[in-house]
Amino acid sequence: MSFLPKPKLHHPKLPVNALGFTRRDYEGAISTLCAGCGHDSISAAIIQACFELDIEPHRVAKMSGIGCSSKTPDYFLGASHGFNSVHGRMPSVLTGANLANRDLTYLGVSGDGDSASIGFGQFAHSIRRAVNMTYIVENNGVYGLTKGQFSATSDKGSKAKKGAINNDEPIDLVGIALQLGATFVARSFSGDKTQLVPLIKAALRHPGPAFIDCISPCVAFNNHEGSTKSYDFVREHNEAMNQLDVILGRDPISAEYAPGEVREVTQHDGSVLRLRKLHEDYDPTDRVAAMHHLHERKAAGEIVTGLLYIDPEPEDLHHHLDTVAMPLNRLDDAALVPGSAALDKVNAALR
Amino acid sequence: MRSGVTATNDFVVKFANVNGSGSASANQLFAKSILRMGIPIASRNIFPSNIQGLPTWFEVRVSGEGHLGRRGGVDLMVAMNPQTWDRDIAEIDPGGYLLYDSTRPMPASRFRSDINVIGVPLTQICNANYTDARQRQLLKNIMYVGALSALLNIEPPVVEQLLAEQYKGKEKLAKPNRDAFHMGRDWALKNLDCPLGLTLERSDAVGDRIYVEGNAAAALGAVYGGATVCAWYPITPSTSLAEAFERHCKRFRTEAETGRKRYAIVQAEDELASIGIVIGAAWNGARAFTATSGPGISLMQEFVGLAYFAEIPAVIFDVQRAGPSTGMPTRTQQSDVLSAAYASHGDTKQVVLLPEDPRECFDFGASAFDLADRLQTPVFVLLDLDIGMNDWLCEPFAWDDSRQLDRGKVMTAEELEAGRTFGRYLDADGDGIPFRTYPGTHPQKGAFFTRGTSRDRFAKYTEVGSAYADNMERLLRKFDTAKQIVPHPVERPAAQPTRTGVIYYGSSSAAMKEALGQLEADGIHLDAMRIRAFPFHDDVLDFIARHDRVFIVEQNRDAQLRTLIMTEGNVDASRLIPILHYDGTPITARFIRAAVADRASALKVVPFAGAAAE
Repeated sequence: MSFLPKPKLHHPKLPVNALGFTRRDYEGAISTLCAGCGHDSISAAIIQACFELDIEPHRVAKMSGIGCSSKTPDYFLGASHGFNSVHGRMPSVLTGANLANRDLTYLGVSGDGDSASIGFGQFAHSIRRAVNMTYIVENNGVYGLTKGQFSATSDKGSKAKKGAINNDEPIDLVGIALQLGATFVARSFSGDKTQLVPLIKAALRHPGPAFIDCISPCVAFNNHEGSTKSYDFVREHNEAMNQLDVILGRDPISAEYAPGEVREVTQHDGSVLRLRKLHEDYDPTDRVAAMHHLHERKAAGEIVTGLLYIDPEPEDLHHHLDTVAMPLNRLDDAALVPGSAALDKVNAALR
Repeated sequence: MRSGVTATNDFVVKFANVNGSGSASANQLFAKSILRMGIPIASRNIFPSNIQGLPTWFEVRVSGEGHLGRRGGVDLMVAMNPQTWDRDIAEIDPGGYLLYDSTRPMPASRFRSDINVIGVPLTQICNANYTDARQRQLLKNIMYVGALSALLNIEPPVVEQLLAEQYKGKEKLAKPNRDAFHMGRDWALKNLDCPLGLTLERSDAVGDRIYVEGNAAAALGAVYGGATVCAWYPITPSTSLAEAFERHCKRFRTEAETGRKRYAIVQAEDELASIGIVIGAAWNGARAFTATSGPGISLMQEFVGLAYFAEIPAVIFDVQRAGPSTGMPTRTQQSDVLSAAYASHGDTKQVVLLPEDPRECFDFGASAFDLADRLQTPVFVLLDLDIGMNDWLCEPFAWDDSRQLDRGKVMTAEELEAGRTFGRYLDADGDGIPFRTYPGTHPQKGAFFTRGTSRDRFAKYTEVGSAYADNMERLLRKFDTAKQIVPHPVERPAAQPTRTGVIYYGSSSAAMKEALGQLEADGIHLDAMRIRAFPFHDDVLDFIARHDRVFIVEQNRDAQLRTLIMTEGNVDASRLIPILHYDGTPITARFIRAAVADRASALKVVPFAGAAAE
């Protein structure tokens, strides 16, 4: 945890993106999390992803619930509006925000306590409602802010720092997201930036409910022997499915992958996702196969990471509700208020 | 049998039906036909928490004088439900009338000797004329309306006109209804002494008033108030508010060129998500609301606290009902006053509006959004089942086309660009209300991180105690500002100077007005004040100060408004005398009159001879 404020000045030759912003322009306040916290790596990955995608920081709304993970939106995208809401209720707040203005990019950051326990219902319903968002769960299998209680994603048999063994079945949010119709489902690891940054980029460009379960070891309460969310355990058991590159229109097409190993998926907005497949038979556009594979690898004791499922042509909540193209928060009085003549007709029908 | 009650344009008719039997539309036809004859009515549904097979009642009070509260007592019972026969018979006032289906003979022991019994063989007539079972059931209802038209002097052309409007373009449906109406009417004219002692006489006492339920009116208010996002979870008796909003929006908020919607309605998974969606939308600059009832208010408490501290406009329509979740969801009460006014954890005070009838449901339904945006805080609109789910005769809706939606203090990109100081929680104008910005407004300026508290005037994180206290005091200043802009109380002075007053609110209004007239005739003069909002305007405390004692009429057990007045106004409890009605039925003038007269006589203090020396 650092208390030194970062100077605003930066090196004049820092690289800039297409909008003229440097990476520093995507940073936020100084993190107050523990040194080595996986969550800070995820914040760094979000910053990197937004920088590389040339996103205007102020056109992102970052939402969170309560917990260590939910504090992090303060630590990236300082020029964005953020909302640190209520424990487990970020999904509903994000849904409402999205309904009000469909033109912003919505980034929800949550934790395993926030999304798998108190907010399990809201997590599930925001996914099945197909809210256009990027929903990242920073999953450390433990309650950090309240000092080390098991969470609902803690694996059965895993050991708490003080020695207690978890006897309850874990909730796999990736499995739930797949079942409930998320159109982009991925898992990653905070310690694997190479994999995580492209996944966040792809999720941000995905015009539907995009879910990333990001395993993020808690250095204070869940990084010991016997934990299944420690840096060492995850590194040893990580079974990466694929590696992703996100190619925007302006990027030169690189040809570093041998044909046959690469699968390209074009998203609705034209961005191309290039997946270098590590498993030959894996098809990320087959939801049922993804669910099957997830269970199969879990039974083998492996943590599957990578892009598990994508629907390149998703529909979202606004599509289902058939709302107008203009954001609802910009409709003026003339569009909203029917006026006195209409009211006279209403009155006439009530006599 | 004794001689029947006689009355013109002043009696109560009650229909005892089985729910799901199609009686509702026949009963509505009856009620509306009286209105169309220019005679004021007050109608109420008394219904179970059930879809089919349980007892349901519909009560129509005919009042040429225009009294719209529930009267109590029944002059004519239309007893169509064998399940509730005994209690229905028992409820008829002596000298009253009973209309029943005489197809099957009933033993004399099942009747009363002090009422007038009118048998109409409805089932027999129906079975003779119709073969389809459903048709027999539905048209039997219309047939009793026909019989009633003969017995009470309802003008047949009025009924025909209503049927024509109801089945406009569907002559196939209109004709059997018309026929059944006349069948019932003709049978009664031929076989019964028509009319009864109870008669209807055309009048012009309705004027241009409309007949509408409060939930539909509040929903229309939300449309006029510019609401675009509605998130809700079904709960009686508020469900029809959200459904009415959708209906109104389809009509008024469909983009002509595209057919797409200028609104978003989400039926959420629960009340927590409903209010969360509302808060998210309002934070992002859309006008948003939810509709719920008491149990929903309980579930929303945490979020409402966040909205209070984070200063987010949210409108919550609470259609109050009796009791807890497994209580009496289909009965009325005013029992959420305290849980709304002090909703949530921590030090909170919420703005609460208290409409008296559907007209005010519309007015407050619209202005709640202006108030919420102006004050950047949740606004509760407290209806109750009586106003919400019953059709009330009220003044027509009105809208001033020069009125503009007040979006409150929202700093624009231009203002930020020009260098205007933005502090999200900075009291820029001394009224306690800070400026806010909508997300996405300006590339460099005006963004802030929303939290409950733990931040300074510029929304920077801090846990310093003085910053917390500073913010809490500003919130109090804001609440003081609210006092001036919420609907002010309405005073109604007594005919003679008096030191006794009465305070009332919401759906008690109609019964209270009637009771005031009766009490005046009894020689009890009361200055009356109808409270329309919390925080209380200074006039409320002035009113109490001007009187030695003030009755507070409420429809709850614990005198919730009285508690609120005592706490907020530091008023001596002994001067506020509760008059409480809380059995789930709407309060009546009879009840108020008796309770006030009782307390007034008990309170008559004989001056003690020695007192003058003190």
